Amino acid sequence: MNNIALSAHSVSAYLDSVQVLCDVELIFPAGQWTSVVGPNGAGKSTLLKVLAGLLPCSGEVRLLGQPLHAISARQRAQSLSWLGQNEHGGDDLSVFDVVMLGRLPHLRWLAAPSALDELACERALLATQAWPWRHRALGSLSGGERQRVLLARALAGDAQVLLMDEPLTNLDPPHQADWLATVRTLTQAGKTVVSVLHEIGFALQGDHLVVLNAGRLAHFGSCSDAASHRALAQVFENRVSIHAIGEHFVTLPH
Amino acid sequence: MAWALALQIAAGVLLVIGMGVGSTGFESVLQAANDPAAWQIVWDIRLPRTVGAWATGALLGLAGALAQGLFRNPLADPFLLGSASGASLGVAVALALFGQVELADASQPNAWPVQIGLAGAGFLGAVAGVMLTLLLAKGVQHTLRLLLAGLIVGVVLGALKDLVALAVPGILQGMQAFTLGSTGFIGWTACVLLLLVLLPCMALAWSLSRVLDALALGESTAQSLGLQLVPMRAALVAVLALATGVAVAQTGLIAFVGLAAPHLVRALVKTTHGTLMLLSSLMGGVLLMAADILARWLIAPQELPVGVMTAVLGGSYLLWLMHRRRPNSGVL
Repeated sequence: MNNIALSAHSVSAYLDSVQVLCDVELIFPAGQWTSVVGPNGAGKSTLLKVLAGLLPCSGEVRLLGQPLHAISARQRAQSLSWLGQNEHGGDDLSVFDVVMLGRLPHLRWLAAPSALDELACERALLATQAWPWRHRALGSLSGGERQRVLLARALAGDAQVLLMDEPLTNLDPPHQADWLATVRTLTQAGKTVVSVLHEIGFALQGDHLVVLNAGRLAHFGSCSDAASHRALAQVFENRVSIHAIGEHFVTLPH
Repeated sequence: MAWALALQIAAGVLLVIGMGVGSTGFESVLQAANDPAAWQIVWDIRLPRTVGAWATGALLGLAGALAQGLFRNPLADPFLLGSASGASLGVAVALALFGQVELADASQPNAWPVQIGLAGAGFLGAVAGVMLTLLLAKGVQHTLRLLLAGLIVGVVLGALKDLVALAVPGILQGMQAFTLGSTGFIGWTACVLLLLVLLPCMALAWSLSRVLDALALGESTAQSLGLQLVPMRAALVAVLALATGVAVAQTGLIAFVGLAAPHLVRALVKTTHGTLMLLSSLMGGVLLMAADILARWLIAPQELPVGVMTAVLGGSYLLWLMHRRRPNSGVL
């Protein structure tokens, strides 16, 4: 069980009494990167929220071998970091303050951040190239810059498991490539990454692929597996084709 | 922290001016050492009133910054959330039930129980007002629904307060001064009570300020950071209600200070909620002190109720704020 970071067992979830996830059974291997893809409304973001313990569900989610509901919120936050999509607000906070919020699970109530916390924030800001404008207000940043700060916030927690919902939103190609490098560094360090991605070419660079469709698990397999590519084409109604270029894959819509 | 110092200096200057403004002028301060009447005017009337105006403003400024952070809404204000009208209803009910004591009785020997009773009633009313607003708005996510709910709760609770006042005519006079908002009744007892409430309110709000910072990034993000949002929110609503309830119980309805103070601070400096609440509180104190001095000085030797003053000034500020904001900025 030690090589499974996160797992979902017959998980179902509802949003406003509409079933969004139906009986999902999944495992996320530790130290690896799993991409979650699927058409709009397939339940990708809901799955991520359920895995992060942010949304009630039936069934069971296990984090590092323990049932999620049996872990305290603080403990959970120490080992699992979640990055949502299109989060607004916090415009008056400085970039550094926002990233320091990522250390909240490690900070004691009323305690000032330690040198270790400061270091973690610096590392996270450097990893997303946001360090030079750490004193600027979040509200003064462009969409891509903001996304990099929020990404740094998620990294600063030094969590064992990272869940990211569309982390590439608003990022320009160089920073998308940087994100990829960051994920590789994370998995090399033994961390588990789960990301919801619309950029299928990027998603296919992961280790494993989860394909969701209409709230159900349509496929789980290796990203380089032909069966995974077939499942992908199928949920997108065969409107995409996947081509190999060297070690990478590109998808073309048609 | 330079801003905090600047606001404190401003408060100090206003305190000196506040001692010197009234039906008799600054000469009362100069003669206070050898003229008992002048001493009484300065020490028993002007000084507690001026300090009380600062403390009330500080409570309202704190409540405003807290409400805006808690509800993630820059237009949240104790008065737009039903807490102030709830507090005034609570005070009216307390006055009607317990012997129609007028607010002016603060200088009486039994002042402490009266003051604490009124503050308590204000607090309970404020809690009920906020809860009712939140219930009607079904949470805090919808700005428009929250403001509408606050408006409706404000009108309904205000009408109930009027009904109570009509049913028990003895409290009518006391309630009128109260409805207009006045610092004129603040004695030393009220002053001490206001300051005693301000300290723990500020301490508790400050200790939970990181929760507000995290909430600014979204409810889910705050939750994902391991924060127990339900008890923390409840504690913050309690601080909001206590600050508003006590302020309203002592001075009546003083509008817009809670709204304007955090906005003015944010225009000066972008910062975390901990600093924002501290500065808003200091700013609120300075604003209400200044408004109180203006209210006493504009048509001296007569004076205006300070609530009318803040409503005119604060209301204009709000209008300007609405005018300045782009319609698609998502706030209005």
